[in-house]
Amino acid sequence: MKRLLIARLGSPNLIAFLIMALGLAAAPVFIDNNYIITVLTIIALFTMLTIGLSLLMGYAGQISLGQATFFGIGAYSMAIFSTRLGLSPWLSLLAGMILAGGVAYLLGMLIFRLHGHYLAMATLGMNIILYLILTQQVDWTGGPSGFRGVPDLSIGGMTLSTDTHYYYLIWFFALITIALSLNIVNSRVGRAMRALHSSEIAAETLGIDTGRFKLQVFALSAAYSALAGGLYASFLGFISPSSFTINASIKIVLMAVVGGLSSIWGATFGAAAILVIEQWLRTAIKSLVPGASGEQEIIAFGLILMLIMIFMPEGLVTGAGKALRARIARRKPERAQPAGG
Amino acid sequence: MSDTPLLRASRLFKRFGGVMAVNDVSFAVQEGQILALIGPNGAGKTTTFNLISGTHGPDQGEVIFRDRRISGSRPSQIAQQGLARTFQNLQIFGEMTVLENVMAGCHLQGTAGFLAAALRLPKAGAEEKRMRGQAMSYLEQTGLAERAHDPAGSLPFGQQRLVEIARGLAVQPQLLLLDEPAAGLNRTETEELDRLILRIRDQGISVLLVEHDMNLVMAIADHVVVLHYGSKIAEGSPAQVQANPDVIAAYLGDDWAAPPRREAADA
Repeated sequence: MKRLLIARLGSPNLIAFLIMALGLAAAPVFIDNNYIITVLTIIALFTMLTIGLSLLMGYAGQISLGQATFFGIGAYSMAIFSTRLGLSPWLSLLAGMILAGGVAYLLGMLIFRLHGHYLAMATLGMNIILYLILTQQVDWTGGPSGFRGVPDLSIGGMTLSTDTHYYYLIWFFALITIALSLNIVNSRVGRAMRALHSSEIAAETLGIDTGRFKLQVFALSAAYSALAGGLYASFLGFISPSSFTINASIKIVLMAVVGGLSSIWGATFGAAAILVIEQWLRTAIKSLVPGASGEQEIIAFGLILMLIMIFMPEGLVTGAGKALRARIARRKPERAQPAGG
Repeated sequence: MSDTPLLRASRLFKRFGGVMAVNDVSFAVQEGQILALIGPNGAGKTTTFNLISGTHGPDQGEVIFRDRRISGSRPSQIAQQGLARTFQNLQIFGEMTVLENVMAGCHLQGTAGFLAAALRLPKAGAEEKRMRGQAMSYLEQTGLAERAHDPAGSLPFGQQRLVEIARGLAVQPQLLLLDEPAAGLNRTETEELDRLILRIRDQGISVLLVEHDMNLVMAIADHVVVLHYGSKIAEGSPAQVQANPDVIAAYLGDDWAAPPRREAADA
């Protein structure tokens, strides 16, 4: 009873959150390596993307294989609004989030009539359409060769220019995303989301407007993705359509699954794990298989996904905890149940 | 107002393919009443239930609840009108705790949206606390308080049924629909359920129940409606229904009114 009361107040989450924030704040002091700082920054971006998907897929139970669509909308909004329409970079970031949220809401009204595989296909289609727009509307997007000269963000007259600046800025937003999302999942709306995941019909009979909740979660996940997109565009200064393909969407799914779909911390962990593995594979595969290119990386990720789905379908964070408990429990009685049934 | 029933189902029809699942069924639930819908398997009881709670729409006919037409509305809108239900095939949220299940039932008692929740606005915090208190009181009423923090899916079957009832009560309905609440319960549990349903009625919540367990129905129902092959064949007090020859022939004949038939030895 007491333990759970504390959990409700968010204490373990709060402690974990503070440790993480302090660790991240201190990291650049000890890490004098731009490459590592950049990787950490990318982890922050993918944390936001993965949390968005985790809310949608893990909590509300709605599949999306097209999260990179909103990542792209955010990035290109930042680029186009700030250079062509003369908005300030901050306003462009906000506009991108609103646009992505709005697009998700409208598209959601169409595609949430679908369930399961059909919904997954529709979200894939959405991603392909964005890719076509990005590559075809050359006047606005720069086409396949990309968009150069996305302006830097600035805070109080100071323009953010170094990798470390962006490291702090992007992690700041990632931590806000984590905090807001932890609050959401432990609330009235969080329960409504989990309820609709578990039994849509039961949730409805409790007065939960499941249709509206799906749209709201989808819009929220899109806004998170667009936030990551806008920051990404500003951070790199250059964006191209290849960053917002289905491959990117799949990578986000992979991160969410690895971490454990219905866990905000899992999303963070999954993003970090996949990006670190990806960096490692790039060097490891080349030394193992001379002349290897991107394909081997995809195969390796496919393998990881398969293994996790087979052995830890709830993801590493949730799965490891359960496996540990099961192991302790299994010590006592021998397995007695026959196979099948 | 005093004469109008709480709920009136008028001439409901529902066809599934070639089967007339509900065929011209009408009845009314009065305020403060326990109405039982009985009938042999496949009589259309659960379908009738689904037509009332909005899970399915009727092909014809209408359902009026508190002077408003609810047939054709979404289940969530019907719940907002003050009608809650449980499910014969349990639909509890197994991964959530018992308390969270019931708090999800309190959904309509709150207003906090994504923004208020994300920012932990004081309003949302106060609401959360109030909901937890309410949910706990429903758990106490149903005898589940000690299991509040266990995952609902880990409870034994009988208690999972109670979780659904507690969750339904949390909607603060005027009419609670119970779909075979005694199915799978043992005798003690059924007796406890009896008392619980009567207590619910005494709180001013009308109850419409679908039930197989004749003892339960006859002990607590104020009014009984009998369905057979989708049609209503009788209604009245438990005593009247028991005495009705059609009912005896259709349903009660086998296991209630007449002595059990002697069968040749089963294989």
